[in-house]
Amino acid sequence: MIGQRTHKIVQTAPTMVFLAVFMIAPLVLMAYVSVLERGAFGGVAWGKLTGVAYEKLLMEHDLLGNLVFNGDYISIFARSFELAAITSALTLAVGLPTALYMTTLAPRRATMMLFLVTLPFWTNLLVRNFAWILILRNGGQLDRFLQGTGLTRGPLDILYTPVATGIGLTYSFLPFMILPVYVALQRIDPRLIEAAFDLGADRLRVLTRVVIPLAAPGIAAGVVLVFVPCLGAYVSPELLGGGKSLMIGNLIEAQFGASRNWPFGAALALVLVGVLLLSLALLSRLQRRTRRTP
Amino acid sequence: MKRERAPRLMTGAGVVAALTFAFLYLPIVTLVALSFNANDLTTIWGGFSPKWYGVVVANDDILRATRNSLIVAGTASLAGTAASLAAALGLAGAGRWERTLAEGLLALPLLVPEIVTAVALLLTFVIVGFPLGLTSVIIAHTVFCIPFAYYPIRSRLAALDPALMEAASDLYASPWQRFMRIELPLLAPGVLAGALLAFISSLGDFVITYFVAGPGATTLPVYIYGMIRVGVTPEVNALTAILLFVTIAVITVAFLLGQRPETDQNGGIES
Amino acid sequence: MKTRLFLAAAVLTIALAPATVFAQSRQLLLYSWANYVPADLLKRFEAETGIKVSVDVYDSNDAMLAKLQAGGGGYDIVVPSNSVLATMIHADMLTKVEASKLPNFKNVAAPHDRPAADPNRDYSVPYLWGSTGFTYDSAKVPGGKLTESWKEFFEPRPELSGKIAALNDQGEMISAAALYLGLDTCTESPADAQKILELLEKQKPSVKIYSSTGTIDRVAAGEVAMHQQWNGASHRARAKLSTAVFVYPTEGLNLWGDNFAVPKDAPDVENAKIFLNWMMDPRNAAEASNFSGYNNAITGADAFMKADLRDDPAINPPAAFRDRLRPVKDCSVKARELRDGVWTRLRR
Repeated sequence: MIGQRTHKIVQTAPTMVFLAVFMIAPLVLMAYVSVLERGAFGGVAWGKLTGVAYEKLLMEHDLLGNLVFNGDYISIFARSFELAAITSALTLAVGLPTALYMTTLAPRRATMMLFLVTLPFWTNLLVRNFAWILILRNGGQLDRFLQGTGLTRGPLDILYTPVATGIGLTYSFLPFMILPVYVALQRIDPRLIEAAFDLGADRLRVLTRVVIPLAAPGIAAGVVLVFVPCLGAYVSPELLGGGKSLMIGNLIEAQFGASRNWPFGAALALVLVGVLLLSLALLSRLQRRTRRTP
Repeated sequence: MKRERAPRLMTGAGVVAALTFAFLYLPIVTLVALSFNANDLTTIWGGFSPKWYGVVVANDDILRATRNSLIVAGTASLAGTAASLAAALGLAGAGRWERTLAEGLLALPLLVPEIVTAVALLLTFVIVGFPLGLTSVIIAHTVFCIPFAYYPIRSRLAALDPALMEAASDLYASPWQRFMRIELPLLAPGVLAGALLAFISSLGDFVITYFVAGPGATTLPVYIYGMIRVGVTPEVNALTAILLFVTIAVITVAFLLGQRPETDQNGGIES
Repeated sequence: MKTRLFLAAAVLTIALAPATVFAQSRQLLLYSWANYVPADLLKRFEAETGIKVSVDVYDSNDAMLAKLQAGGGGYDIVVPSNSVLATMIHADMLTKVEASKLPNFKNVAAPHDRPAADPNRDYSVPYLWGSTGFTYDSAKVPGGKLTESWKEFFEPRPELSGKIAALNDQGEMISAAALYLGLDTCTESPADAQKILELLEKQKPSVKIYSSTGTIDRVAAGEVAMHQQWNGASHRARAKLSTAVFVYPTEGLNLWGDNFAVPKDAPDVENAKIFLNWMMDPRNAAEASNFSGYNNAITGADAFMKADLRDDPAINPPAAFRDRLRPVKDCSVKARELRDGVWTRLRR
C-alpha cells in the first residue's frame, strides 16, 4: 500500500525535519565546540582544534605536571545515575497506585485529576523548594506535627540531608510518572482485574501478573521522563540536600558558567547523550522482548 | 458499571492516591499561605498582610514576565503536542530501524543537557541571523516540549490494541475523518497528558529560555532566578496564588459546564 | 470534555496576557539582576529623562558573560561585577564610553574611581559594592563571641560543627580559604591549590549546606549558627535577628563591586550614557542602597541614606576595617583551572 506509506511519511516528516534543524544542527555545533581550544576569556577559540576536553574526562595533571588518572568525573556520573534511579523508583512506587486509582473514576473526574496532578507545577520550582524548606526544617510544619502527635521526640533533622533531596525530587517529578502510567492503565478493562481476583489470585499476583504488564508502556515512558531530567536537577539537591555533592547537570552547567570551559562542558554532554541513547535503545529492546513473550 | 471495581486492590490504591494528593498540595498550601506574609522573606512568617498582592500588581516587569511565560508555554506545548501526535501516528507500524532512529531523534531534546541545548541553540540562532525574542523562545520550547508530549502519547498507543487502529483505516476513506473519529478519541488521554506535561515543562524552564531570549522576552522563571541576588520576596507567592486561583476557577467552570446529564453517562472512549 | 478543558486553558493563556507594551521611541534596555536597580528609582528616571526603561534579568555574572559571548544580547546596559569586568573589556565586549568624562563622575569616591579592572574608567561606572565575610548568631556560640578570623569558619569549634553554611560559589569560597592561608586568591601554583583543597575538605564535614540562595532566611530562621555571607544580606538578616554579628576577618575578605557598562552591540549608547550619569547622582545612588542594603560609591550619598544602613559598620566599614578589604581579582585561565579542580574535587 504505497498510499498508506506516503501518508505515514507525510505525517512524520515535519516533526523530524524540525528536530533535525533545531536539535541535530546545534548538537553538531556542540560536537565541534568540544574539540576546540577554550577561549582565553571564556567561550572558544574558533578554528583551533584540540582533544584536551576529552582527555580531561579521565586524566589530570598532578602537582609535578604528570598526566595521571582522575576518577572525579566518573564518580559524579555514577552518583547522578544513582540518584536518578532512586527518584524513578520512588515516583513509580507512589505514582502507580495513584494512577491505578484514577482509572476507577468516571472519565470526567479522571480528566479533572489529570489537571489537579499537574496544577502544583504551574508554580515555580524555586518557590516550591522554599515551601519544602519551611515544611522540613526543625520546628517546621512536619517536625511540629510529628512531635505533637508523639511520633518523634526531639528535632527531626531531616533538612539538608539526602532524605530531603529524595522528597524534593520525588515531588518534582511525580506527574511525569503518574500521567503516562495512567494513560496506559486507563485502557484496562476493570473486569480483567475482577476476574483475576475471582480466580483466586492474591493482590501481589494481580499486581505483578495483570496490572504491571498492562502498565508497562506507561512505566517505561514515565521512567524516561523522570530519570533523564533528574540527572540535571540541581535546585533540590542544593536547597534541600545541602549542595555537598555535584550532579552531572550541575557540572556541565558550571563549564559554561564560572569555569568558562565550553569545550569540556560540550564533551561531558556528548558522553552523557551517548550513554543515554545506548540505554534507551536497550530499554526499547527489552520492552519489545517482553511484549513478545506474554 | 464504572463503580463496581475489584475493591481489594483499589482500596489500597485509593489510600495511596489520597496521600499523594496531600503530598502534592501540602507545599502549595504553604506557598499560598506565605503570599500573605508581612515579612519580605519567603520562608519566615512575619504576620498577616495582603501587601504583596499590591506590590505584584504594580510590578510591570513581573507581569510582563508572567504574560511571556503563558504565551510561550501555551504556544509551545500546543505545537509540541501536535508535532508529537503526528509523529506517533506516522510511526505506528513503521519498520524497526526507522522507528528506533526516529524515536532516538524524538528523545534527543530530553537527553541533551539543558545548558548545552541552550548555548547551542543560541549559537545557531546567531549564526543564521534569527532575531532573539519571544519567537526564538517559543521555537526552543517547542523543541523540548516534543519528548514530553511524545512519551505519554506513545504509552497510550502501545496500550491500545493495534487491530483497533488498523480496522479504522479499513473503514474510512478520508484520513482526516479517521483521525477525528477514531484515532484522536482513542488517543485523547495520552494527548491531554502529553500536552499537560509539555505545558508545565515549558512554564518551568529557566536555562534554555535564559539563553535564547532577547530583550523584552524575560519569562517568569528567568525573572524569579534573577531575584536570587537581592532576595526572592513573597510577591512571587502572591503572583503564584493569583495564577492558581484563576486556573482553578477556569477548570471548575469547565468541569461544571460539562456536567450535563446526557453527556455524563457517556463513557466516551470507555466500555 | 477533554478538548473543552484544554480550550479553556488556551483561552486562559490568552486572556491573562495584558495588552502588549509597544516599543517606545526613546528606551533603555537594562540587563541586570531583578530588583537590583529598584523599580521606583527607574520610574523616576523615566519621569525625569523621558526614557522608558525595560528590564531583563540574569542570575549570575557568569551566566550573563556566557550569553553575551554566545552572541546573545542587544541590551544598552549590563551590570558586570569587578570579577568579570576585566574579561569583558579584554574580550572587546564593551563600548568605550569614556565614563570618567561624564559630568557626575566627579562624585565617585576613591577607590572606586580607579578599579584594577578598568583603571581609567573608560568603560564603566561604579554601582553598588560590598564585602563577603561571615555572620554568626551570638546566642548560639559558646561565650557569645567569636574571634574575627576565618579560623572560626574554616576550622570551627566542635560545638559549631554541622551548624555552618557556606556560599555555593567557587570564587568566594576559594578566595576566603586562600586569604585565611595567606595565599594569592588567584594562585597559579598547584601546591597552593592542594593546600586550599585540604582546608576545604577538612571543613566539609562541619558544613551543613553550600548555598548562595536564601542566606538571609537561613540566618534569620536560625537554621545555622554561622553563614558565609555578603554584607548587605547580613544587614538584612540582622534586622530580623538582633543577636547576629557580621565579621570582617583579620586575614582579609573579598571586596566586590558592581558596575554599569555598555555592551558593544548596545542599540542606544547615548541613552545609556544618560543613565550612567544619572546613576552617579548622590540621591539616586542612595536610593539604590536603601533598597538593596549595599553601599554605593558616590560621595554625598550618605546624606540620603537610611541611618541604620549608613551607621552599620558592616555596610560602611570604619577606617580600622578598610585595610582588611581585598578587591576581587579576575583570575588567569591557569588559576581558574586550579580553582575548578579544587571545587569539583571537593564535591565529587
